[in-house]
Amino acid sequence: MKLPGVSEFSWRDVATEARLLLIGIPVFLWTMIPIYHMFLFAISPKEDAFSGKLWPDHPTLHNFEIVFKQQHYFLRDFYVQFWNSVVIAAAVGALTLVVATAAAFSISRLKVPGGRMVLNLALFTYFIPAAFLAVPMYRTMGNYGLLNNRWSLILAMVTIASPYAIWVLKQASDKLPVELDEAAVMDGATTLQIFRLVYLPLMMPSLVAIGTYAVLLAWNEYLYAFLLLSNDQDITLPVALGNFLAADDSPWELLMTTGFIYALPPAAVYYAFRRYMVGGLTAGAVKS
Amino acid sequence: MAITLSGDQAIAPPLSSRLSPAQVWGIVLLTPYFLVFLAFVVYPVCYGLWLARAPSNYVALYNDPIFARAAVNTLIFLVIGINIKMLIALFLSGFFAQQRTWIKWLSVIFILPWAVPSIPTILSVRFMLNPEWGIINHYIFAFTGDDGPNWLNDPTVALTMAIAVHIWKSLPFWTLILITGRLAISHDLFEAAEVDGASWWQKFRFITWPSMQTLYVTCTLLSMIWTLGDFNSVYLLTGGGPADLTHVLSTLGIRYLRLDQLSLAMASIVCAMPFVLPLVYFMMKRLSR
Repeated sequence: MKLPGVSEFSWRDVATEARLLLIGIPVFLWTMIPIYHMFLFAISPKEDAFSGKLWPDHPTLHNFEIVFKQQHYFLRDFYVQFWNSVVIAAAVGALTLVVATAAAFSISRLKVPGGRMVLNLALFTYFIPAAFLAVPMYRTMGNYGLLNNRWSLILAMVTIASPYAIWVLKQASDKLPVELDEAAVMDGATTLQIFRLVYLPLMMPSLVAIGTYAVLLAWNEYLYAFLLLSNDQDITLPVALGNFLAADDSPWELLMTTGFIYALPPAAVYYAFRRYMVGGLTAGAVKS
Repeated sequence: MAITLSGDQAIAPPLSSRLSPAQVWGIVLLTPYFLVFLAFVVYPVCYGLWLARAPSNYVALYNDPIFARAAVNTLIFLVIGINIKMLIALFLSGFFAQQRTWIKWLSVIFILPWAVPSIPTILSVRFMLNPEWGIINHYIFAFTGDDGPNWLNDPTVALTMAIAVHIWKSLPFWTLILITGRLAISHDLFEAAEVDGASWWQKFRFITWPSMQTLYVTCTLLSMIWTLGDFNSVYLLTGGGPADLTHVLSTLGIRYLRLDQLSLAMASIVCAMPFVLPLVYFMMKRLSR
């Protein structure tokens, strides 16, 4: 053990550092190579992209120009599809927050009878593998007449995001002192006033974490989007990216550029809210 | 639930005027989620099971060689893929728990695969593995002078690559959970062990592992359920090919669905129930504790 205040050069520290680097460097490469490869394609002219160079001779933003100006058959509906992704992710975030906050408040603060059971039932959703639930869900959306309507995807994603959201919010709610509610009741506050004036402000950090989580979940979703939406004008960007592959000579550099543009918002949102996310989302996980 | 309400009123009249409105609100606020759950979980599951009820479906599955192959692939995916993934996550959770500035920065980058969407990144890997144009074979050729393998054309290699993609995507999440578990262990234990001159392995064996064992097992089980539902890793990398030899149950179910054979799709999923139900049972038991 190193004594405090003594900063002598020690071979042991160097060895430890070297061992850590021996893990760190492969971890870095493993994480970044697919992402860097996507970026490399996005900034490479077509001939460089296929040449295996690690940095293009003539890096260019031309691919981005093609995408933003929709100058390719596959990109005809780029803005519409991007907008679909935005609207759906925003709606899923908002609806999940409404549904889950109400449920968590009800279970944790109002101690509604059967609340605990509903929470356990909710978590059961995660014990059905996602692709398995997708099969009957597809047919169900058909029965409800929602296929090819963006509501089908929104409702499917709210269904998938809510249980975890309720779980995390309930854990956070339980930590708020019950005296706050009691004091508000003494002051003559109604249940809705407690919810709005006491509960929501205190829950804000958790709400940000859950809202971000739901938005990212919806933005990144491929399978449900691919099953539930099919018209070129209705699909989200990931489905459009998947459809690129149907062609024999897919324009890979444009596919990667569009993919890169599509991957930027979640990465940005994640980093902007990282402080909330990591604490908020893993808090419930380690309870046991 | 309404019965409980009136019951409360009967038993405790002075309290009822204060409690009842809250409980009414409780029920009102819980209703939206409850309806979502009924409409999009309970109904589809029951309806799906009903669709899969005819024994002829299972005979058809049994006679479809793709199904047998998919079932075997799923087992390989679960047994090999998950154990490798969880062991690496356990190992890396120790690495990321080290107090170093550069490790903090690396952990920020390490989360990216989980945060960014699957489709562009998995397609990026798919192109890297392209035998003619991919960067991997380009370097194999540059260093050895030989053509690299046709990665996605050999079912065994292609399935291995799909498992690798799955690990790439989900490793950060499980590492993060295990880091949280590791940081929850009291630091005094390690200091005491260090005073006693415990080795790295002894510290892991007698402090870290006993504290994390339950969490590790829970994570492995949950990861198994989620991996069964992972459609992207296989579908986006191999599309189930070559010759439908790399399907897993999740992509096979969707394949039947796309072929308009919904009862077969459901039946192939029902066949996974013997795997899923024990996991669910165990998870529910852990949860209700």
